[in-house]
Amino acid sequence: MSKARGLADLGNVYDDGALSNRSKIINGAMVIDQRNAGASVAVSGSGSAYSTDRWSGFNSSDGAFTLQQVTDAPTGFTHSLKFTTTTADASLGSTQHVGLRQMIEGYNVSDLAFGSSDAKTVTVSFWVKSSLTGAFGGALLNAAENRSFPFSYTINSADTWEYKTVTITGDTTGSWSTGNSTGFRLTFGLGVGSSYSGTAGAWTSSAYTYSVTGAVSVIGTLNATWQITGVQLEVGDTATPFEHPRSYSDELARCQRYFERRGTDVANWEFISDAGQLTSATNYQCAVRFNEQMRAPPTMSVTGTVSNLKVIRASVVINVTGITASDNANGRTLLLYGTCASSGGAAGEQTRMQTAVPGTWVNFDAEL
Amino acid sequence: MDNMNITSAQYVADITSENNSGIQATIDGTEMSVPLDPANRHYAEIMRQVEAGTLVVAEAD
Repeated sequence: MSKARGLADLGNVYDDGALSNRSKIINGAMVIDQRNAGASVAVSGSGSAYSTDRWSGFNSSDGAFTLQQVTDAPTGFTHSLKFTTTTADASLGSTQHVGLRQMIEGYNVSDLAFGSSDAKTVTVSFWVKSSLTGAFGGALLNAAENRSFPFSYTINSADTWEYKTVTITGDTTGSWSTGNSTGFRLTFGLGVGSSYSGTAGAWTSSAYTYSVTGAVSVIGTLNATWQITGVQLEVGDTATPFEHPRSYSDELARCQRYFERRGTDVANWEFISDAGQLTSATNYQCAVRFNEQMRAPPTMSVTGTVSNLKVIRASVVINVTGITASDNANGRTLLLYGTCASSGGAAGEQTRMQTAVPGTWVNFDAEL
Repeated sequence: MDNMNITSAQYVADITSENNSGIQATIDGTEMSVPLDPANRHYAEIMRQVEAGTLVVAEAD
């Protein structure tokens, strides 16, 4: 990009009202991967799964795929998200659909005024690479998935990073959340049946329109790959250079509004909670204060073996045998409580919860 | 459209008030502690399946 063009684009961005915090996408550079730390995630059957933070793959086909954070990326980036078809479905049913999406919280897109006569134009930009070539599809949808703007982009050369931009006129109708529920759904279709495909470049009220008719189906080819990074969604009709986060911790904090996990991936004592008490010799309570104000009260789950969680009374290490969340109503704090092996202690004695077994995590999920 | 495979669900009583404070559910093979908040996606899906008649949430012990 020439300096003159860059200055012109900057002028356009100024006119559109954003010189910083332009992107509505979180983790567009795929650098944060709290759940998997670069491990592959399989998505088969009917379901969805998160890979890099804020990005989930969805599958309702007879095929299967993996998602994985990888270090193959275009210049200026360190990571991308890689989709690989592990079981092909070359004949999708009309309502079967496969793809990748990020759901954007309503608060973060409320300034775009979708659903009103003041709706603003937005531009999506991204780097993409695939083993396949041709016209691919995606869409921007509302939460109810009854307003959709399908878009098309062309990959010209196989296995080569290419930069794409798509400009989307603001939707003046439909229902668009501006609170802590889903505002936008940005979807990249990687195999979508005819009933859920539409015409590129125009808003439709046809439900579940995730892609464009005739788009390349990556799920249709065994071992086909598709990668993406540098995803940005910004106000205006101009794609500006990718806005890298101010720091890794800044981007991690944004992600932790939606997902946080505590535990360890190394053999080192890590804290789940630093404040608690025994309520009997075999019962405990431990408080958790989240790193960020979470979007909503989160779901709590454990990855790994529950007994690898320990409540510690003085220097006595006690296996947890049951864990439940309570007092979980504000997205700021909750109480973990449950049963433990006989501690030898009494009600009221101070405890904490820790683990030193790699792969043991307590997860807090407030995703959209 | 998401389809969560919910194979069990039971209310959990608050440890002090005995009112229901959450749902212990097995979702996509993982045991989860779900708050009673419509903004939580797991709770919303549990309620959707209850209303559809495909899931019953058991009373708390």
